[in-house]
Amino acid sequence: MIFSKQETLSRAELRAIQKERLLETVGRVYERVAPYREKMQAAGLTPADITSLDDLKKLPFITKQDLREHYPFGFCALPREQFARVHSSSGTTGKPTPTVFAKSDLDVWSECVARIASAGGATPEDMAQICFGFGMFTGAEGLQRGLERVGAAIVPSSAGNSEKQLLYMKDFGTTLLVATPSYAMRLSEVARGLGLEPARDLTVRTLVLGSELLTDAMREEMRLAWGRDVNITTNYGMSELMGPGISGECLEGGGLHVNEDFFIPEIIDPKTGEVLPEGELGELVITCIKREAMPLVRYRTGDLTRLFYAPCRCGRTTCRMENLQGRSDDMLKVNGVRLFPSQVEEIVLSVPELGPHYEIVLEREGYSDRMTVRVELATVTDSFRVLEEIERTVKAKLKTVLGLSIRVKLESPNTLERFEGKAKRVKDLRKKD
Amino acid sequence: MTLKQLSVFIENRKGRLAEVLNILKEHNVNILSMSLADTTEYGLLRLIVNDPETGCRVLLDAGFSSMLTDVLIIKIPHVAGSLQSILARITEGGVNIEYMYGLSVETSDASIVMKTNELEVACRVLREAGIATMTTEEIRAL
Repeated sequence: MIFSKQETLSRAELRAIQKERLLETVGRVYERVAPYREKMQAAGLTPADITSLDDLKKLPFITKQDLREHYPFGFCALPREQFARVHSSSGTTGKPTPTVFAKSDLDVWSECVARIASAGGATPEDMAQICFGFGMFTGAEGLQRGLERVGAAIVPSSAGNSEKQLLYMKDFGTTLLVATPSYAMRLSEVARGLGLEPARDLTVRTLVLGSELLTDAMREEMRLAWGRDVNITTNYGMSELMGPGISGECLEGGGLHVNEDFFIPEIIDPKTGEVLPEGELGELVITCIKREAMPLVRYRTGDLTRLFYAPCRCGRTTCRMENLQGRSDDMLKVNGVRLFPSQVEEIVLSVPELGPHYEIVLEREGYSDRMTVRVELATVTDSFRVLEEIERTVKAKLKTVLGLSIRVKLESPNTLERFEGKAKRVKDLRKKD
Repeated sequence: MTLKQLSVFIENRKGRLAEVLNILKEHNVNILSMSLADTTEYGLLRLIVNDPETGCRVLLDAGFSSMLTDVLIIKIPHVAGSLQSILARITEGGVNIEYMYGLSVETSDASIVMKTNELEVACRVLREAGIATMTTEEIRAL
């Protein structure tokens, strides 16, 4: 279902809205956000130089580093008395990065997530169980707002206690599940352990997955675990920019629809900063054009994707971004080779003798890195030949895809840690000199 | 003629073998003989126990990758050359031995536990040669 008519505007109508909102935002930011005014002045720009959507490319970028330097509220365009809510990223790699909402921003947030949830199959009749941790994390709050706006009933079960989650799911008749892909998999395992076959004994028919990458291989596992006919979509967000609600997949499977009347996406060459043409792979840059409290202009997400502007079979005319192959934050460098954990995941999932869980361990050995992938056996055997064959297969696939020699460690089922929030697939034990 | 061996996959990690043994002890499963073969990363523990079905079930419940494997336990007289002649017959029958280990129980004969690729052929060869194998009842009685 298409939630808002704004998702089906003609490109000309949409561009008119974008232009008006961009110009308003740039004027306001220049006036109220000192660090950005300084950036514009350094580039010799005033709001008068920005008169069309094409002028967007002249504007300076904002990076995560800028937000850290002006921690906590340096990029806000409102005084603190007018804040309505503050959320934050977890700050695992440094200071947390807060994200601030005015009252109007909360309303926009509900609207944006309602669109995405509807695109993913949510309806007013749904019983929606949200298995994201409530708190500073934007994911839980955002999905709750959006699904409430859609008209669904909310079961805010939060993260953890899988058996209790399944009890709610079964007894309340949950039809829609919000979770990370890894936790959705975990829940299906626990369900089976309790003698419940998700497709038969539970009523879940829509999975709105997020906060972690959803690889194609994982999507297929998810179908095996939850049923062939279940709606499975992923969506994209970033706490600095609002949280969930920037873009999300529809059921046609052709990419993630961007809420373009609120966010202008661009793709740039990450080295030169030049804007790239439609369809080219580059870094996603987002400009918030209807955010009152924290209107970030040309924020560099660090994420690599492509944009496509052709109308979708679903009826939406908004541009689509390709599902990410990896978040920039997740990228690993091993002996000079760049790789994403999702690439390892695809390989692990392609070997039927292995379970879907894995852990990447990185160690330093002399002057080089040693990478080990720990995987769980999903098969039972009494033969070393079979075990060695499994190891050899995984190693060969890793070598082909990543060009690295990687150790493979077979483990018993259920030995690797399970996660209720974002899965931590990488243990980096290399000394950071 | 064949017997059920309990096979368990264990990672080479401190305490893993003890965990398996604890679980078997708790469920009163008695180990009659064992073989532990290992690589640097993991090992396969192969056990002849009085109650393999229970052993396998409780280990699976505890999350261990375990299974029952059909093996032969062949009685061998305490005479020089007896093992050699039995193996010769089996291999002449076109059967490959995957692994074997001694059954460490005090009886008048020595016994070996043997896993082969063609169990039925191996059984026939042994039967035709009049070589005795142990039965489940005999194992339970040990």
